[in-house]
Amino acid sequence: MKCRACRGPAVIDLPAHNANFCSEHFLALCRDQVAKAIEKHDMLRPDDRVLVAVSGGKDSLALWDLLVDLGYRADGFVIGLGIGEYSDGSTGFARDFAQQRGLTLHEVSLREDHGFDIPTAAKVTRRVPCSACGLSKRHLFDRAALEGGYDAVATGHNLDDEAAVLFGNTLRWNTEYLARQRPVLPARDGFPRKIKPLVRLGEREMAAYCVLRGIDYIVEECPMAAGNKHLRYKEALNAIEAESPGSKHAFYHEFLARAAERFADDAPAGADPDGALGTCSRCGSPSTNDVCAFCLLVERTADAVPVSIGETRWARR
Amino acid sequence: MKVLLRNPRRELDVDGPVRVDTLLRRLEIDRGSVLVIRNRELVPGDAELGDGDEVEIRPVISGGA
Repeated sequence: MKCRACRGPAVIDLPAHNANFCSEHFLALCRDQVAKAIEKHDMLRPDDRVLVAVSGGKDSLALWDLLVDLGYRADGFVIGLGIGEYSDGSTGFARDFAQQRGLTLHEVSLREDHGFDIPTAAKVTRRVPCSACGLSKRHLFDRAALEGGYDAVATGHNLDDEAAVLFGNTLRWNTEYLARQRPVLPARDGFPRKIKPLVRLGEREMAAYCVLRGIDYIVEECPMAAGNKHLRYKEALNAIEAESPGSKHAFYHEFLARAAERFADDAPAGADPDGALGTCSRCGSPSTNDVCAFCLLVERTADAVPVSIGETRWARR
Repeated sequence: MKVLLRNPRRELDVDGPVRVDTLLRRLEIDRGSVLVIRNRELVPGDAELGDGDEVEIRPVISGGA
């Protein structure tokens, strides 16, 4: 296989682009796609300070690397979720990445700073672990960005993530969610601006980017995410993509171009998954209720005996 | 050659030479859901893997949203 740009030996084939690339031109493609997403969706201004939501996985570390490479002032923020060795390993990769590059990484531990962890929260709430995990991440990323004076929170959601979420929301016509499925959510109601600069790149591209850039990341899947709906939607879309390359890109980006605006009136007033109009009486974060969903979670788990991953019914067997 | 698979982590012994795309077909692995890394270098579908190579088939699909 030859690189489309220079005709040198290719290291990766990208069926969605109907092209193969050498290392140099593949990395350039990734930078160009991120720069294009930022410009097209007006995500960042050159002097903005960005807080990157880092997990230690391929997407968030690639995103951090790309933003710094593009000249943005980007710091990282990682949350210790308390999911056993998986969380310890993930945080370790984030620390190593920051240390090797002299970047600033902020850290919060759910267990040490808020008294609970994700396996315990899942058991107490009797809901899927991804629910408590997502709630905690949104709350803590938002708060860290506002307290740190950052202009935006950047997350590593890639094209596969966004296409899978769109697929799930479309299957059930969740119009409230469709209304806010955008690559940028402007700052308002006490929430920081949220941006997704990887929406033009798939997860295979992000994994390849990390390999080619020498970025070590946690390859193992979260033991609590096994079999979740999001993964099943991705499998379905990948089956379609294998027969018709470019389908995921068209599904998501044509939604943004031709359909997203039609759902704008369905957005709830607070337009955040946790709702927001007033202020939480405990932490001061935006909330529709007197106490926000995160503080309620802290309260519910306060007296719970910590459980290991294996004690939850969602752990991979 | 040694072939490392992930999630769950396991190792296979495979006779070479064999092309990357042939190996993936033989293992019934979708090419779009993995990267193939030979001796720490990314390789495309037409690369030939030899007996002395250390090969990793790395999944790229993650479940977070």
